[in-house]
Amino acid sequence: MSDFDFTSSFWPLFISAITVLGILGCALLLWLTNKTKVQQTQDMSTGHVWDGDLREMNNPLPRWWVWMFIITIVFSVFYLIIYPGLGAYQGKLGWTQVNQFEAEMAKAEEVTKPLYDKFIAMSVEEVAADEQAMAIGGRLFLNNCAQCHGSDARGSKGFPNLTDHDWLYGGEPETIKATLTNGRIGMMPPMAAMVGSEDDVKNVANYVLSLSNSQHDAARAELGKEKFMVCAACHGPDGKGNQMMGAPNLTDGIWLHGAGEKNIIAMINNGKMNQMPAQGDKLSEAQIHVLTGYVWGLSNK
Amino acid sequence: MSLNNSEAVMYNDTVVRQFSIMAVIWGVVGMLVGVIIAAQLYIPELNLGLPWTSFGRLRPLHTNAVIFAFGGCTLFATSYYVVQRTCQTRLFGGSLASFTFWAWQLVIVAAAVSLPLGFTQGKEYAELEWPIDILIAVTWVSYAIVFFGTIGKRKVKVKHIYVANWFFGAFIIAVALLHIVNSAAIPADFMKSYSAYAGVQDAMVQWWYGHNAVGFFLTAGFLGIMYYFVPKQVERPVYSYRLSIVHFWALIFTYMWAGPHHLHYTALPDWTQSLGMVFSLILLAPSWGGMINGMMTMSGAWHKLRSDPILRFLIVSLSFYGMSTFEGPMMAIKTVNALSHYTDWTVGHVHSGALGWVGLVSMGALYYMIPRLFGQKQMYSVKAIELHFWMATIGIVLYIAAMWIAGVMQGLMWRGVNPDGTLTYTFVESVKATYPFYALRLLGGLLYLGGMVVMLWNVLKTASNGQSVNVPVPPVAAHA
Repeated sequence: MSDFDFTSSFWPLFISAITVLGILGCALLLWLTNKTKVQQTQDMSTGHVWDGDLREMNNPLPRWWVWMFIITIVFSVFYLIIYPGLGAYQGKLGWTQVNQFEAEMAKAEEVTKPLYDKFIAMSVEEVAADEQAMAIGGRLFLNNCAQCHGSDARGSKGFPNLTDHDWLYGGEPETIKATLTNGRIGMMPPMAAMVGSEDDVKNVANYVLSLSNSQHDAARAELGKEKFMVCAACHGPDGKGNQMMGAPNLTDGIWLHGAGEKNIIAMINNGKMNQMPAQGDKLSEAQIHVLTGYVWGLSNK
Repeated sequence: MSLNNSEAVMYNDTVVRQFSIMAVIWGVVGMLVGVIIAAQLYIPELNLGLPWTSFGRLRPLHTNAVIFAFGGCTLFATSYYVVQRTCQTRLFGGSLASFTFWAWQLVIVAAAVSLPLGFTQGKEYAELEWPIDILIAVTWVSYAIVFFGTIGKRKVKVKHIYVANWFFGAFIIAVALLHIVNSAAIPADFMKSYSAYAGVQDAMVQWWYGHNAVGFFLTAGFLGIMYYFVPKQVERPVYSYRLSIVHFWALIFTYMWAGPHHLHYTALPDWTQSLGMVFSLILLAPSWGGMINGMMTMSGAWHKLRSDPILRFLIVSLSFYGMSTFEGPMMAIKTVNALSHYTDWTVGHVHSGALGWVGLVSMGALYYMIPRLFGQKQMYSVKAIELHFWMATIGIVLYIAAMWIAGVMQGLMWRGVNPDGTLTYTFVESVKATYPFYALRLLGGLLYLGGMVVMLWNVLKTASNGQSVNVPVPPVAAHA
């Protein structure tokens, strides 16, 4: 729907009419007040007195002020001829804010195209080795990724560290590019009902901790091993995860949502939804290509 | 002329006294909250990690307290004072005036409790939830009855309504209209409601309200103050009656259109944005009309500025009024707005109007009224008025200079683009670069608050040294 679609043909006429009449009204008011001659009394006042001593004079309007008023009115008239304003009238220039945006983006695209054409012809690995591409990638990262993953790309709780070789969906250039373009939605369902009693959950949590040799209760871990089978569907029988579905590796001592028994029990009980937003609509293909090189390079130097 | 009854009719100054004292007290409170949130921007930990003291809740508390508690009480006090004297009659409506005082205080207390608790409609300057909105509407209609009733029974020989009352009247009618239309909402439960409008229409209604809250509450109302207290304090006639006429009608007509300049480059249709911009430009001359009329009233009496600190408050307030009403139309131009929008420049602009114009003219008017209301010749300490003036003025200059520099810097940093098409600066870099200016702004705010505390002390001293006096309405002279 365009800005010039109205629900009925009445509204654009109404808007134009009150706008024009409003501006003319201001001019008329100024003209009438300016030319009116008011009879002066002896003390130059209007003769009105309030509250004992409040009087008013009737000096003429300051000339410079009248001109300032006229200039703003004249400017407005020309502005409304050139730009949209009077209802459905689109203005002499045909300007719209969307046009302006598209023109500026197209111009920027034209300027940067040769540069990005160079990079897009290179493989991701080559891009990662190119100093200029990495400077650009770094800036793209700081403006688009650092908000969650941190300026140093080391992430924080809930936001993956991109420098540690631990990949939820895989660290190959093509996978990284797919993650950037389409985003990811990670989902761990609440598993308590499948695992069993509260005690079973605690046992499984200790088994999970034992996989990475984290601090755990060995007796409980032994008891939890069997129950871990329901987790194995995604995390694998050995707990090394599954990059096809973004199931984390549980054996590497890296805990995206917090380490320790308490956090793991909470995860089994409540599950987790986590999202990496898609960048495909925001960044160009070439920019994503360069950014892929930058992210890949963070752990492949 | 003789009076019908033997007892002289008195002006109702009790309600004026109540509103005047509360204006000063709420001024201190509102500005203190402002200083606290300014400090939070510099040291975020000062939010104490509690929801009730977080920036998002204290910021609307600050704006509501300074605009509606400090500014509102000042407007009630001065309009009641002025309308009685320029109509030479006691306030209309008996105890209805007293009702407006207590109801308005109840609104303020309800705001001070509900905003930190997190109840909000999410509309800037219209955050208060629907039960409070209804109380505001009832209070405001009562205010209108008292004010226009008084105009209606004016006794002065000259039937002309004094110019200050045009502005007070326009302010009262427009604020009623704005408040009722913008606050239209469907209650979901007690203290929760949903706006009656959707999407971009809601945004447009909100900024039609928002800009006219500035135009009528903070401009027309305070021009009413200016038109009485400047000529009274200077003891000179108002400069030009015809200038009053043209700038009054042009101002109240044009302000109504300027709202869309708050929504440049948004989902608002292009034509609406253009209309907002051109009428904001046309608004420049009508705004300056008030400044000229006030300033030129000084002609022949400029020397009084040297010895009279109250006059200095009034005249410097007009300079800030002129500055911010020049800056406003400039910022409404799309190309300028593309730089200034969302930056601290906007914050600076608002405060040059709020601290410089609204604050100083209120203080001047209160310093004029309070000794008279308590049977004193002058304030307890004229030196303290002097001190207040300098603390306030230096505070404003520090504040707005800091925000101008910070705002322009932010705007330039956000639009900085490298030859490769990437942004030169990240957002957080602009925040970091703003830190020194946040410190400077905090200092300016502290000075301004300090001045207000000096005023509170001075006012309490003046009030306790004097006593409430009731002034008889002068009999109508046989000839004027």
